[in-house]
Amino acid sequence: MTTTIYVPCDTTARSLGADAVAARLTRAAERLGVAIQLKRNGSRGLFWLEPLVEVETATGRVAYGPVAPTDVDALVDAGLFEGRQEHALALGDIEAHPYLARQQRLTFSRIGLTDPLALEDYTARQGFAGLKQALALTPQAIVDEVKASGLRGRGGAAFPTGIKWQTVHDTPAAQKYIVCNADEGDSGTFADRLVMECDPFMLIEGMTIAGLAVGATQGYIYLRSEYPLAQAMLDEAIARAEAAGYLGENILDSGHAFHLEVRLGAGAYICGEETSLLESLEGKRGLVRAKPPLPAIEGLFGQPTVVNNVLSLAAVPFILDQGGQAYADYGMGKSRGTLALQLAGNVARGGLVELAFGTTLRELMESFGGGTRSGRPLKAVQVGGPLGAYLPESQWDTPLDYEAFAAFGGVVGHGGVVMFDDSVDMGAQARFAMEFCAVESCGKCTPCRIGAVRGVEVIDRIRAGDAADENLVLLADLCETMVDGSLCAMGGMTPFPVQSVMKHFPDDLTRPQAEGGR
Amino acid sequence: MSHPTPQPADTALAAQLQAVIDQHAARPGAMLPLLHAIQAQHGYIPDAAVPMIAEALRHTRAEVHGIISFYHHFRTHPPGRHVIQVCRAEACQAVGARALEAHVKSALGVDYHETTADREFTLEPVYCLGNCACGPSLRVDDEIHGRMDAAGFDRLAAQLSATVVEVK
Repeated sequence: MTTTIYVPCDTTARSLGADAVAARLTRAAERLGVAIQLKRNGSRGLFWLEPLVEVETATGRVAYGPVAPTDVDALVDAGLFEGRQEHALALGDIEAHPYLARQQRLTFSRIGLTDPLALEDYTARQGFAGLKQALALTPQAIVDEVKASGLRGRGGAAFPTGIKWQTVHDTPAAQKYIVCNADEGDSGTFADRLVMECDPFMLIEGMTIAGLAVGATQGYIYLRSEYPLAQAMLDEAIARAEAAGYLGENILDSGHAFHLEVRLGAGAYICGEETSLLESLEGKRGLVRAKPPLPAIEGLFGQPTVVNNVLSLAAVPFILDQGGQAYADYGMGKSRGTLALQLAGNVARGGLVELAFGTTLRELMESFGGGTRSGRPLKAVQVGGPLGAYLPESQWDTPLDYEAFAAFGGVVGHGGVVMFDDSVDMGAQARFAMEFCAVESCGKCTPCRIGAVRGVEVIDRIRAGDAADENLVLLADLCETMVDGSLCAMGGMTPFPVQSVMKHFPDDLTRPQAEGGR
Repeated sequence: MSHPTPQPADTALAAQLQAVIDQHAARPGAMLPLLHAIQAQHGYIPDAAVPMIAEALRHTRAEVHGIISFYHHFRTHPPGRHVIQVCRAEACQAVGARALEAHVKSALGVDYHETTADREFTLEPVYCLGNCACGPSLRVDDEIHGRMDAAGFDRLAAQLSATVVEVK
């Protein structure tokens, strides 16, 4: 009898030795004469347990983790191939683990279970069911379903997806486009990468449905160059989907066409901003465009274009399959459905947590994250990427909801939660926010381009104790100018982390420094 | 800013570049795919490519130069045998990336955007490798390494290098 063994193949599992674990398992099986089938599944996103090895047994899959390459022989000796659970790394049924069992996985329901590139794995678990539904509907009915779901853009701006699609649907043009924003540049975020590496057909399906809804026949996935594995997985998945008739000239014999291509970015954070992204896709420098016109009316190559984040598009197959109401039933207030939270930084149990909107940050960091990795007290949390505020303890009981965060000047953004223990120097973090903007600004507008450079200088003077009080006033004024005067969110939000440090961690900013803040 | 026209000695290079340019020039928004293809082949964008791309895509040389220099990913000088990128993002900072950066620079004896004297390693900063739950992270060519520390880096560099890394 052949035993099926699963070893994840995503970037994080590999970064911790999954390839070596797979090779050692194969060698051990050969040595013992055990017949195994080694399957490279996606990661379930429980990264603190990666590499997570699973073994198929008569009673289901059992797990072991985190398995270092040097653990393999001892695990095999302790009966891993038979699924025995005596070894200290044995985890039993991983789906019963509270970290997974307490999640509400709609978008990530397949992730980690399947071979990402196996179409039969995908279709066996509701894959392409949403596309088949969409093919039976009128474009307007598809748009209506997405509107009913209440889905808002998961990339950061949280604009209602259905309204965006409606605008593109209603704008007449010979050629329209679907552009997937896969420039996941925010620190602390990896949910897009997980979708692309571990369930790429879901993104392909979501984009194809979007194409049917608005009448677009060409799609582009604008992928950051920092994700080489995602590129390889997407390219292969697109080729396989096309060969099987789910993509291309005549989708499932419906007469509808949709073509899809991956385009690589080139290391520019600003290209995650939708208009910069479009400029970059057109082959230009990624300079922000003034809005209006909206991309939905004049987007890629001047044509009506849907620009959606990976997670927004990945939510669509579920919505079409189960109905918009089924998605809207999750969440709170105007934040409907689920949010892919990403626990990162100084966290004991980092990984992906998909939950309906409304959980508090503290609940997430404590009961899922298990506190800091260092074991030291948690001091600050940055939510929503490098442009998000640093939150002090008094704000950790805020429910994760777009409006609740906006009420105190916070942002949920793309759902990244980066934890810092008490060894962090918040003054250095404030300086980094300005430094980052100075490096990554597209340069088109003055508040962002010059403001960020001046911001670094002013913070350096404050930290050096050089007329600190006057310079704090100047910094406050500079932040206000950037917020009010910048063309896009890059300059407009860079002050958020700085202002949050000024307000909640003022001592760190003015504490005398040994050197200039590096 | 002037870009020298390819000299006779560069005929082979020019022919290689032209082949790549011809392969991509007709695609909508060909610029980035074309630059990626050139860098994938040569490890950087040779100066000689600039006027050729300008000609093929009907841009000025200044525009092409402006595009290449806008993106952090594109290099205009040949890199070492391995490119090492250290993640500078906040999630990695929260678990010691600043100390790792300092160690890598001193172990290799180079700063960011520089190549070691033996041409073994080019060091670059990167903002976020998407491995944020298991930092600090670095990328060597196309491979990502998580939970990196000074000792881990030294082992990795020794494995990668045919010669012993010189500690300055």
